[in-house]
Amino acid sequence: MANPIELLQRFGKNFAISEIHEQKADLTFFKVPKEQAVRLLRELRDDAGYTHLAFLTNIDWIEKGIFTLTYMLHNYDARHSLGMHVDLERDNAEMQSIHGLWAQAATYQRELREMYGIRFPGSPRLDEDFCLEGWDQIPPMRKEFDTAAFSLERFYSREGRGTEDPREHMKGLLYPTHTDEPSSGGQ
Amino acid sequence: MDTQKYALGPLLNEGLSAEDRDLFSDARPVPYEPYPVAVVEKFVNWVRANSLWLLAFGTGCGAVELNPLMTARFDAYRMGVQMRPTPRQSSVFIIGGYASVKTLKRIIRSYEQMQGPKFVVCLGICPINGGMYWDSYNTVNKFDEYLPVDLYITGCMPRPEVLMAGVLELKKKIMEGRADGANRYVENFDWYKANQKRVIKDWNMPDYNW
Repeated sequence: MANPIELLQRFGKNFAISEIHEQKADLTFFKVPKEQAVRLLRELRDDAGYTHLAFLTNIDWIEKGIFTLTYMLHNYDARHSLGMHVDLERDNAEMQSIHGLWAQAATYQRELREMYGIRFPGSPRLDEDFCLEGWDQIPPMRKEFDTAAFSLERFYSREGRGTEDPREHMKGLLYPTHTDEPSSGGQ
Repeated sequence: MDTQKYALGPLLNEGLSAEDRDLFSDARPVPYEPYPVAVVEKFVNWVRANSLWLLAFGTGCGAVELNPLMTARFDAYRMGVQMRPTPRQSSVFIIGGYASVKTLKRIIRSYEQMQGPKFVVCLGICPINGGMYWDSYNTVNKFDEYLPVDLYITGCMPRPEVLMAGVLELKKKIMEGRADGANRYVENFDWYKANQKRVIKDWNMPDYNW
């Protein structure tokens, strides 16, 4: 098994791989353009031993106006993980489905459609409800969704929520007369 | 019984399709009437309090605290507590922590299928005011708006010891005849149902799951 950096440099002849970042000895991230992503995933799976899709998730960069999809692959022989970042436009985000490479990716894609509104054309059962049933708002994990305001408006809030410092509270309960300052003379 | 009060007409079951509507009952639930002889009612309450059958439906993270109850260390059997696999056989529903909207729908369905007398115990802080999930898009903050609650056990998470203390407290309430949640549900049925339908947007079950 080649060093992952060398491996990525070898793939770099055919793919526009950038931002290679070695997070840990067994975890490396890199970025690849949207158009080349699925082709590269297939080659990593079939030729480089990264046979396991650990997860597929998304990062919302609302300031930059992009979504960053993260495909996490694992190579059991090398005990090494590769994280592949793919940037998408935030508005009307759409990505090629990889359920043909890993069948379980369909579930991740269904969740991403529900939580972020990313479309994966052709992915099985994409539009079925996953965690949310009867959801009538914008997808809740998008940063512009104000979850606290929604919760107040939909579920109300019970009066009397407060917070206490546990240390001070218990001190007051257990030693009501105790003070940390030395007492002045005569008392 | 005040028959006028409950003569509100059959349930509409608007969540069901026209052909499904014939398959489900449209009858309203009726309140429990105590035995006319007080001493009989007292005896029956004593019997009920000593045979608490929990519905084994883990509705949140608190469900892990239910399992130790059945072990030798806590041994809830000595208090007449045991787990039942179906709502039809259970009398106590423990809401184990946060209730998401998706789970709430199943909770309502299971609760209504339970046969009376039935009691609801809320475990943990989340059903009371949302707890650490108070600003979540998916967790209901005030559980007692959707189902009547007989007993709260707060904490995050409550230890099994507290749960045992809660069971004893529930027994006390039942024996005193104060655990009347099921009757409150029937008497304020339309209010509870309106609250439930306000958060559950895809209401596709009958209005009362007999």
